[in-house]
Amino acid sequence: MAAARRLLPRWMVPLRPVSSASASGALPKRVKVVEVGPRDGLQNEKSLVPTPVKISLINMLGETGLPVIEATSFVSPKWVPQMADHTEVMQGITQLPGVSYPVLTPNLKGFQAAVAAGAKEVSIFGAASELFTKKNINCSIDESLERFSEVMAAARAANVPVRGYVSCVLGCPYEGKISAAKVAEVSKKMYSMGCYEISLGDTIGVGTPGSMKEMLTAVMKEVPVGALAVHCHDTYGQALANILVALQMGVSVVDASVAGLGGCPYAQGASGNVATEDLVYMLHGLGIHTGVDLQKLMDAGTFICNALNRRTNSKVSQASCRL
Amino acid sequence: MGTVPSALKHCLSYQHLLKEQLWIGEQASQPPAAPHPGQESQASGLPAYVKIVEVGPRDGLQNEKMADHKEVMRGIERHPGVQYPVLTPNLQGFHAAIAAGATEVSVFGAASETFSKMNINCSIEESIEKFEDVAKSARNMNIPVRGYVSCALGCPYEGNIIPTKVAEVSKRLYSMGCYEISLGDTIGVGTPGSMKRMLEAVMKEIPLCALAVHCHDTYGQALANILTAIQMGVAVVDSSVAGLGGCPYAKGATGNVATEDVIYMLNGLGINTGVNLYTVMEAGNFICTALNKKTNSKVAQASFNTGTVN
Repeated sequence: MAAARRLLPRWMVPLRPVSSASASGALPKRVKVVEVGPRDGLQNEKSLVPTPVKISLINMLGETGLPVIEATSFVSPKWVPQMADHTEVMQGITQLPGVSYPVLTPNLKGFQAAVAAGAKEVSIFGAASELFTKKNINCSIDESLERFSEVMAAARAANVPVRGYVSCVLGCPYEGKISAAKVAEVSKKMYSMGCYEISLGDTIGVGTPGSMKEMLTAVMKEVPVGALAVHCHDTYGQALANILVALQMGVSVVDASVAGLGGCPYAQGASGNVATEDLVYMLHGLGIHTGVDLQKLMDAGTFICNALNRRTNSKVSQASCRL
Repeated sequence: MGTVPSALKHCLSYQHLLKEQLWIGEQASQPPAAPHPGQESQASGLPAYVKIVEVGPRDGLQNEKMADHKEVMRGIERHPGVQYPVLTPNLQGFHAAIAAGATEVSVFGAASETFSKMNINCSIEESIEKFEDVAKSARNMNIPVRGYVSCALGCPYEGNIIPTKVAEVSKRLYSMGCYEISLGDTIGVGTPGSMKRMLEAVMKEIPLCALAVHCHDTYGQALANILTAIQMGVAVVDSSVAGLGGCPYAKGATGNVATEDVIYMLNGLGINTGVNLYTVMEAGNFICTALNKKTNSKVAQASFNTGTVN
């Protein structure tokens, strides 16, 4: 793994478009980038990362200007050994003012442990596919939401915001095609339960701008666009195009993973999460404000890839290598 | 996201999803008649048909390993209705191409003076004069000429390239008789924002039906840029099977966008290409095996079984 620092070519710094206004009147002027690398990314990497490395990564990401960094997951280590050190991570990171560090909490026990460890925001996971829910957590969608109602009640009492994820919004590895109406139904339920934001996940990355548009059109009838986020996987190379369509429809929150950490568990050897660097590059090129320093983000990506002894999945990072 | 079970490549529903929803392997083997230029898909406002220009054997292999062009031209099996254009930088190259059996040629201009100087050791104006000789001979022989404009969204030497310069060079190539102008993001730095501004300028000078985009994926922006172009009505897209051809300006970085990934997106948008995605994937697998390299196509990476080319 090259130790050379990846730098943007000098003539591209600072990255800004010719005009300071948004390139298209229809696009949001600001986008909130939700960094999921430390959780979603590392959870799906083969190598286990030592706790100090995770803490350093999260702290480095905090310095980039990212407003939200998903830090870890309070699930049983039996299921997700990569996240076994969740308490140590939460207690070890520096929580910068103005930055959120949400954590996954699958149940009340996880929620209580998370709050005790210093978490101030949590996330819960639904799915738009019955089979996926059955295979994943051995119950129906409605039953899974019922389980989460305990978390919602506790969160409300503790004034802890809850983010909702909906998996399989553009396709399911078990059911295949997923109807947009089903995604809208599950999203509405989670929003009604009290989730402040719903992140719509293309879990297997099969979506295209066509299916993204169709799905969002249905969901936006039930959930205000200001409460929606997209979580696109790049398994079929479609992520940025799908994100662009979502932006054109008014979505202004996008999830991504530094260095594109986290492969796809459904297609061995394929990529998973879209790389935050590539997303930020596109957003800045569109004149959209993110508050993120791309160079510092690339540095964080280089750091974690060195620690994992793997190549980055970010094309911006690959292109900027100083070799 | 959430807890995940182990890999499910053999899941029947997943395979059905790929085949039924995404048309992998389900395209008609015969390309249908191309609809009228500018014909739009009713619901989406996008073109109903997009012509894919496969540049892998030339642009791709040039940056991988160049085969002997004369032997290649003589050796290929030509299918009716399929064009096999070749690059001809000057009159000498043009005559050699015709002698070897070429029935269509391409010329390469650039929107950057420095790039033109560094690449072919002459100014843009001087290069245009050479192309005019080619275009004139081609016209006499009834050979169509395609024009390329490099550095349409940025130059490795000059940096930012102004859209009006791209429009100016495109207009020169179109005026000399090029039937189509392929606008190349040579170093892949473009984003949907710069693509839109560049196309707006070029579309003032060149009819939409004569425009193509040639996007490099060096910064991962190609599909988003291509989508932007299609949304503006461009209906011709260049791409390279398996994403062959790295970027000579950024060592280790990718270059051409993968044809498989473009087709996948167009299929999902309901846009007709006449191309069978699975057959393209097989061709990609073939050339990657021959070159002993991993495919740059994400669709291919996700679709093939483990232990493929590398």
